[in-house]
Parts: sequence; structure tokens; C-alpha cells
Amino acid sequence: MKMVTAVIRPEMFDVVRAALEVEGINGMTVSEVMGRGAQKGIALRFRGKTMPVELIPKVKIEMVVQDADVEKVIRTVRANGRTGKPGDGRIFVLPVESICRVRTDLDDPADP
Amino acid sequence: MIDTGATAFILICTAMVMLMTPGVGLFYGGLVRRKNFISMLALAFIAFALVSIQWVVFGYSLAFGTDINGLIGGLEYAFLEGVGMEGDGIPDLLFMAFQMVFAGLTLAIVTSGVAERIKISSFVVFGLLWTTLVYDPLAHWAWGGGWAAQFGALDFAGGTVVHISSGFSALALALVIGKRLGFGSHGMEPNNIPMVLLGGALLWFGWFGFNAGSALTADGLAANAFVATNIAAAAGALAWLCAAWIRGRPGSVGIISGAIAGLVAITPAAGFVTPMAAIPIGAAAGLVCYGALLFRVHRGLDESLDAWAIHGMGGIFGALATGVFAAAAIGGVDGLLYGNPGQFLIQLADVAVVVAYSFGATYVIAKIIDAVMGLRVTEEEEYVGLDIAQHGESVRV
Repeated sequence: MKMVTAVIRPEMFDVVRAALEVEGINGMTVSEVMGRGAQKGIALRFRGKTMPVELIPKVKIEMVVQDADVEKVIRTVRANGRTGKPGDGRIFVLPVESICRVRTDLDDPADP
Repeated sequence: MIDTGATAFILICTAMVMLMTPGVGLFYGGLVRRKNFISMLALAFIAFALVSIQWVVFGYSLAFGTDINGLIGGLEYAFLEGVGMEGDGIPDLLFMAFQMVFAGLTLAIVTSGVAERIKISSFVVFGLLWTTLVYDPLAHWAWGGGWAAQFGALDFAGGTVVHISSGFSALALALVIGKRLGFGSHGMEPNNIPMVLLGGALLWFGWFGFNAGSALTADGLAANAFVATNIAAAAGALAWLCAAWIRGRPGSVGIISGAIAGLVAITPAAGFVTPMAAIPIGAAAGLVCYGALLFRVHRGLDESLDAWAIHGMGGIFGALATGVFAAAAIGGVDGLLYGNPGQFLIQLADVAVVVAYSFGATYVIAKIIDAVMGLRVTEEEEYVGLDIAQHGESVRV
């Protein structure tokens, strides 16, 4: 199992969520976060002066999926979260050791 | 001769109407995305401050100075020359201030059309030109002895001057400045609905001063306006609630929008109709404005916060309803329902002229400002949000 974390533009979230649902990816944890990439945010220019906006609002989606689904999730987020401009975000894939359900006493590694 | 009771009442009404301007700011601020919340509030304060100075320098005189051909007032009251502590019932200074808070509020409503994308510098220039070239003449026509007043058009507290003008001006401005980035594809849900409701509550509260105070004295007519105002607001809220419920869920933003629709529609009528007439006026206004909002969304127009649907269309409906429901027993003039169809036709003509003038003049002013200095922020600034881009501040650090 893998944890796929996608940090994307907030305005693209609804489209990405709907596309993931179509692919059968329903479980997710979503947070509103602030962040920046290699450009260190955005520099706004006023009459020759620059004003840095160092942290930009983003949405972080965390999904735990079977190894076989990782590529599909990445492809879906890329296809639906992209504007082509800097700031479209990142996708991180991490290994997951185990999953424990809170509702029951079972550990359920086969069903994230 | 100064009447101290009337003076005390209008002083309080003036302060209540002032509170409507930040009320509009909170209402609009809650409706936009969080990155533009401060911007909407700030635009309301800028509108009020700008118009306050314009009004005492020459705006009041243009609206209420000696009539020139029915179109505009003279400049004899410029810099408040001759506007003093004496007056007819209330001090002239107080009448000037009461009218000033109306003018400031009207410009704040117009910000609906440019939400989340206007440059402050351009808004300041626009506001000064708009209030001088659109608001001041309209105030003169209706209340300053201009052609509409001579013609017999009824507008108790500003259905044409405040609401039709702000609504259609917001629409013109929205057409010139263009849609927000991502309009129609990105989610643009309200960021803070309790704040919308708080702003709406301040509007409802201030509207008592707005309409009752327009009697310009503390008497039975003021009481009639006060009661009719509340009835229309309540009827509008319930009508919108039911309409939205039939189509899905009774959202709280719709309930307060319906109340404002009722308040807008009763504004021109409050001193001319019976309190019971406020029920059909308010309820129908809720439905008319809800329909206008659906039409606006269907057409893909980004008049972002619905000043056109609620103030513009509600104002038209209210001005026409005044011609229908006016009762001589209340304000001295009968309407269509009491056997005077002529009044309805007068209202219709007044509405047509005000719609055409406010939309046309605002369109031209906006086009000129757009060509000279640009109305809109850059794409990057719009993306980051005007709170940071224009003010260097944000709701959440």
C-alpha cells in the first residue's frame, strides 16, 4: 500500500476530486495548507517595486491506495489539476506499513 | 424653526444608515473567496470616505442646489456655504449629512460588479466620477426639485436613486471589467456565511433609519415607513426561502438576500403605501429578485454579488409597485389600485430613464477609466487575491 499525497491548487480541487471518484478512489483526507515551490512564492510588482508573496494557499489530498492504483491516481491528479503554469503542485508517494480501523478491532491491510 | 424631537430622530437615523455601508462590506466580504474578504470591506470604507468628502465639497450642492433645467443643482452650497445649524424642522447640516450617508452606501453597493478584480486606484477615480455624474443628478431629479419630482414620480427613500442606479451601474461595470478568472469553472463559494448574515442584519437594522428617516421628521409617516419596511423584509425573506426550498435547499444566504430584496422594493414605497401592502410588495420582490439571480447565472454574467438582481431589479419592481399600491391616505397620492393608472405610467417612465441613464453613463465612465488607467488588477494579483495584492494584509497569516 502507498500513501499518495497531492498538493494542488485550491480552485482545481473539485475537478480533481470528481475525477478521482470516477476512477474509484473515494477515500481521502483533505486539508487547506499554505506552501511554496522553488520560486519561493509569487513576486507581485508595484511601480517598479516587488512585493513577495511567500506562501500560497494550496489543498493537500492524502489517499492510501493499493500499489497497483498509484499510477492511476497520479495520472488522474495530473490530468485534472494542471494549468501548465508554475504553482500546479506536487505529488508524493510514501510506503504505508499498516492500516488499523477505528470502528473494529481488525487490522485490515488489504482494504485501504 | 428647529424641532428637537425630529432632529434627535434624524441624527440617530443618519448614524444607522452609516452602519449600512460597513454592513454591505461584511455582506459582500463573506460572499467572496477568503483571499478577497478584506478587499470588499475596504472598498466599502473607501466608498464612504470618498463620498463623504465629495459630498461636502460639491456633491450636496449638485444634488440639492437651485434647480438648473430639471437636470442638476447649482453650486451655491459648495463647501457647505449657507448650510448651517438652522433649518426647516431639522438643521440644514443634518439634512445634508442624512443625504450623505445614502450617497456613500450607494457607491458601496456598486462594488458588487467588480468584486475580486478591481484596482483600488481605479476604484477611487471611478467612485469620484460616478458619484458626481450618476448619483448626484439622480438625487437631484428625485429629491432636489429636478424633472422627476416635477413630473410627479414617487420615490420615498431611494428606489431609483439608490437601488436602480447601483444595481444597473454594477451590471455595466461588470460588463466592462470582465468576468473573474476561472468564473464558471473554479469553485467560488462564499468564504464566511455568518459574516454575510451579520452584514445582512446590519442592513436590515440600518434600513429602519433609511426609510423611516426619509420622513425627515418623527411622525406617523415615519412610523408607517418603519412598519412597512419590516413587513416587506420579512415577506421577502420567506418568499425567497420557499422558492429556494422548492428548487433544493433553503440556504441562509438566500433568506437574507430575500429580506434585502423586500427592503429594496419597499424603499420607494414606504411612505406611500399601507403597511399591509408591504406583504405583496416584499414577497413578490423576493421572487422577482430570485428569478433575476437565476437569469444572471444562466446567462453567465459575472455581476458577482448580485447588486443587479437584488438592487437593480428589486428597485424597478419597487418603483412600479409604488405606482400600483400608493394610497392617498398615507402619502397623499393614489396609485393604480386606487383608481389612478396615471401614477403607474409616471413611475414606468421614471424607471426607464433611470435604468438607461445609470447603465449608460456608468458604462461610458468605466470604459474611459479602463482605457486610461486600467480597471483591473493583473492576472497574478487576482490569483493571489486582492487582500494581499492591494492591501498587503490577509485574513489568516
